Amino acid sequence: MNLELDCRGLLCPLPVIKLAKALPTVAVGDTVTVLADDPAAATDIAAWCRMRAQELVSAAENTYVVRRLS
Amino acid sequence: MNERAYLDAASAEVLHPAAREMLLSAVDSGWADPVRLHHEGRTARLLLDNARAVLAEGVGVRPDELYVTTSGTAAIRTGLSAVRAARRRVGDTVVHSAVEHSAVLHTAGAAAVEVGVDMSGRVDLEAFRAAVRQPGVAVAALQAANHEVGTRQPIEAATEACGDVPLLVDAAAALGHDVVPAGWSVLTASAHKWGGPAGVGLLAVRKGTRFAPDWAMDEREDGLSPGFPDVPNVLAAAAALQARLSEASALNTQHRAWIAEVRRRVAADIPDVEVVGDPVDCLPHVLTFSCLYVDGEALVTALDAEGFAVSSGSACTSSTLRPSHVLAAMGVITHGNVRISLARTTTYAEVDRFCSVLPGIVQRIRAEVGM
Repeated sequence: MNLELDCRGLLCPLPVIKLAKALPTVAVGDTVTVLADDPAAATDIAAWCRMRAQELVSAAENTYVVRRLS
Repeated sequence: MNERAYLDAASAEVLHPAAREMLLSAVDSGWADPVRLHHEGRTARLLLDNARAVLAEGVGVRPDELYVTTSGTAAIRTGLSAVRAARRRVGDTVVHSAVEHSAVLHTAGAAAVEVGVDMSGRVDLEAFRAAVRQPGVAVAALQAANHEVGTRQPIEAATEACGDVPLLVDAAAALGHDVVPAGWSVLTASAHKWGGPAGVGLLAVRKGTRFAPDWAMDEREDGLSPGFPDVPNVLAAAAALQARLSEASALNTQHRAWIAEVRRRVAADIPDVEVVGDPVDCLPHVLTFSCLYVDGEALVTALDAEGFAVSSGSACTSSTLRPSHVLAAMGVITHGNVRISLARTTTYAEVDRFCSVLPGIVQRIRAEVGM
């Protein structure tokens, strides 16, 4: 299962807030894909995953795939 | 209106009383052109020489190794460019850390080799060593300590790693506040960071370091800072540095204790906050943290309304709408970012009130976005 969040046009921290709200709605092991074009998202989504101990599966071309680990 | 508490000393400090006093007398005595041979010119020249001697002593160089520029940024551009031009037969590459001041990044341009930093902001010394030993390196640049997160860089080890490659140390954030290590070839600094006036930068070039300005030169500052010098403000900068260095030890101890308390209380009283930068090997007066889910501009504005002047590296607070390249290189949260930096006039009551007020502000901003 994968949930897609279209955050294009939104500035940080909004993409991270939407990710934080969406991740608990998917099952452990499932993923959320965030589409975000704010340059800050590259750093902030990766840092959020580190702080929250969730897995950043991939990050390329404004597309961030995050797997829920807990 | 709340009482103001200025916690942005790393951007600029209020003029030191010693500098203010000096400036007021120097505008009447040091206005003439110091290269002229008449009485008024010689007076200005004498004052400029005195200021240079004081500034040189503060930096730890001889007066003939110390040049005065029009800003810290100008000192970096001039120093990097002139040393690079003198070594053009060796190469054009500038090796620098990823967290240098933007003036280094802009001057280095396309011929730069950027060396990464760890999560505390400290340069990867092995990668730095490998980079400076590649062929074609004209000059390396590493700051004494970072202006945004306070982390010191391993200057002595970097100097050793550089060998024959000249090392430019940007000491703008450190000079007057913290010990600046020796061993560099070129050092830059900025007077408004130690309580001097804006518009005065320092460029120290150790004897034996070749430089060759590749721009139109005049007779001023060996061609390193063209145009009529601002003698009164240079004198004020010297008075401020001298006074500040005499206070540095006491302020250093006091600021470290207060910053440690803010660090502890921010982490304890606010959930989901990341305090960034090295907690020990750092500047005494700077603390930076990021609050998850908080808009940096909203935070700075709310703190301002409560009387606190702080700075932020969040994208929404910058004119370019890009996050701080320092925070991005460290891989830490860039939104909800606040930097506080203590001035010589900061009181404990201000620090204490900041710690008391901040949790409620963060909670209120988060509540507005349902977090």
